[in-house]
Amino acid sequence: MRPGTPRAAPAIGGRERLSDWIDRHSAQVFIWPAVIMILVFSIFPLVASLIMALSRIRFRGGTYNVRFVWFQNFEKQLFGSEQFHFLGTFSGLGLLGWAVGLAVTLLIAWLAISYLRGPVTAVGLVGRLFTWGLSLGLGWLFAATLFSGHSFGTLGTTLFYVFVGCGLQFVIGLALAFLCSLPIRGRTFFRVVFFIPLMITPIGVGYAFRMMADTTKGPFSPVWQWAGLGDFAWAADAWAARFFIVIGDSWQWIPFIFVVMLAALESVPRDYVEAAQVDGATSWEIFKDITWPQVVPVAATVLLIRVIEAFKIVDLPNIMTAGGPGIATESMTLHALFAWRSLDLGQSAAVAYLLLFVTVVTCVSFFNLVVLRRVRA
Amino acid sequence: MNRSAMQWLFEPPSIRDMAPGTKLIVYAILTFWTAFVLFPIYWVLITSFKSAIDVNSGPVYLPFVDFQPSLHAWKELFVFDFWDTLRAYMNSLIIALSATAASVIIGSMASYALARFEYQPRFGVVFMFVLVMIGAFVAVGRYGVDWRLSCAVGVAIFYFLARALGRHFRARLSNGDILFWMISQRILAPIVVVVPIYMMFQQVSLLDTHIAIILTYTVINLPIVIWLMYDFFTSIPIDLEECAQLDGATRFGVFWDIVLPLSRSGLAATTLLVMILSWNEYLLALFLSTSRAQTMPILVAAMNAGERGILWWSMSVVIIVMIIPVVILAVILQRYISKGLLLGAVKG
Repeated sequence: MRPGTPRAAPAIGGRERLSDWIDRHSAQVFIWPAVIMILVFSIFPLVASLIMALSRIRFRGGTYNVRFVWFQNFEKQLFGSEQFHFLGTFSGLGLLGWAVGLAVTLLIAWLAISYLRGPVTAVGLVGRLFTWGLSLGLGWLFAATLFSGHSFGTLGTTLFYVFVGCGLQFVIGLALAFLCSLPIRGRTFFRVVFFIPLMITPIGVGYAFRMMADTTKGPFSPVWQWAGLGDFAWAADAWAARFFIVIGDSWQWIPFIFVVMLAALESVPRDYVEAAQVDGATSWEIFKDITWPQVVPVAATVLLIRVIEAFKIVDLPNIMTAGGPGIATESMTLHALFAWRSLDLGQSAAVAYLLLFVTVVTCVSFFNLVVLRRVRA
Repeated sequence: MNRSAMQWLFEPPSIRDMAPGTKLIVYAILTFWTAFVLFPIYWVLITSFKSAIDVNSGPVYLPFVDFQPSLHAWKELFVFDFWDTLRAYMNSLIIALSATAASVIIGSMASYALARFEYQPRFGVVFMFVLVMIGAFVAVGRYGVDWRLSCAVGVAIFYFLARALGRHFRARLSNGDILFWMISQRILAPIVVVVPIYMMFQQVSLLDTHIAIILTYTVINLPIVIWLMYDFFTSIPIDLEECAQLDGATRFGVFWDIVLPLSRSGLAATTLLVMILSWNEYLLALFLSTSRAQTMPILVAAMNAGERGILWWSMSVVIIVMIIPVVILAVILQRYISKGLLLGAVKG
């Protein structure tokens, strides 16, 4: 409690009333429901799931037996027979692969050296080691798969959805919000219309976009026929299918970024902007030097929320392509879901844990290195 | 084009006005995006009135011109399958509304507490708790101890350890740590926790009930509520609350009568977001409900798993019907939302 906050004195003589007791312990009463719920529903399952990830679970006629196998499940995903599924196929680096890999290594080495020159704290160093390690690993993963002409697995696909999807959504959402913050007629109309996709269930979005993209029965089929692509099936081409899912996801989530950024842009004081206009600044200069610095904190937060949610993507790939062709559009959540369906609980939990690791490192790095350092400093 | 025409097109006549050329470009982009947003919705809407032949024989665009709209899909869902549809719809409504209410109330209480009180849990005690919990888990999973016994013994051991050894730990956590811990729970992908949650509800035989799904949704949305509401609460001047307390209001009275009304724009936006997330949730419902507590997203997915292939027309009906509650809520809350979505920038 802050100093100076009066506390209700315990009743003298006789029993204290319940409401007084609650009031005296309000600091506990307010927070414990949330703490208990999070402990029961997040921390217990998290530990249980870790134990599952470290065991092999076999079902035999109604019962199951659990055998502790340490890291075998993770080994199988990272180095063993499931490697192609999770990481992708490797067979030697191409020229471009080497170039990209070395570029990533140099970039991280440069970041590391410039950090180590400044003041170093133990926590900061450990956190950064995770960030650098993961970025290095992912850099070489893409160097060895995508840039060497091999296909990547569900990890790469998930990262594709997260980075390409969120980047696209952020840029378009911000641009639309900026246009709607201009003094034009019909702003309210556009604002309402642009918000609609957020309200549609993701499963619905999945089916709607499947209809849209159908080259024989969909609304654009005359266009496809005319372009000579009548037999082309989106769902049968890896990259087309991936982009197709990103488009569906963006259609749904651009409104979220749009609404938040519009609120932020409108909260920028008009005086600043008008003063700059009087001084003869161009619109671009006004946006870059006045508006943008004011909305950066909101932008970072909304992007972080979006990235966190994007890592969990499952319904769109499940509905639109069922992970196909092959495993090209399978996200990590879908990978774990399929493993669970085939009753391989250990593998499922291992994939889920790997997803958790990547998500935590990415989001915490983003939060500490971008949101806290650059924005709120 | 000569210079004066360019000037007329792209140079603003006054600082409050835009040049006609710029305006044209802006309107073109906005109109294009309107079409991009509305066309899929339009297509879903007309598909719901199409017969199977109209869908399968290639695209038809305009009702009454290209094809004769029929109500067969609507009839099928609301006359023949009326009870199934109604049940799933009511399930979804009950679950989404209860979960939204619960997580907004519990979440804003917690984030208000973090904004106003100071907590200093000892680091060692937290560490002991985790150790005891892992021990309890190993006892259940490895040695087949009954989970109730294991929980009770674990709680008892933790209580005595904390009483006996708690004083010796110096390092303490702060409010910021608790806040970060709570918010970071959102990072947890549902797939990581869903199987243990499934087993947990199986143990207490609550599988396929409303209460199981409501509890789960409440927890997964708590972090978002805490995150969004924290900044609103810290921005409310503390003097106001102190005045009320001097006048004899209880803490809960202050929270209910002063703090919540002052942060209603934030509450409105948070409520809408949480409602959308729990109304549309798919993965957890897939695990936790089989028939009785089935929600709409599961109904949609199940409808197409049958042998008849994808029933585009029925599904379109469901998609349209599913938008309605969210739209109603959005309309009710709309005048608060634009202010409420500032996400931590309220402090300026």
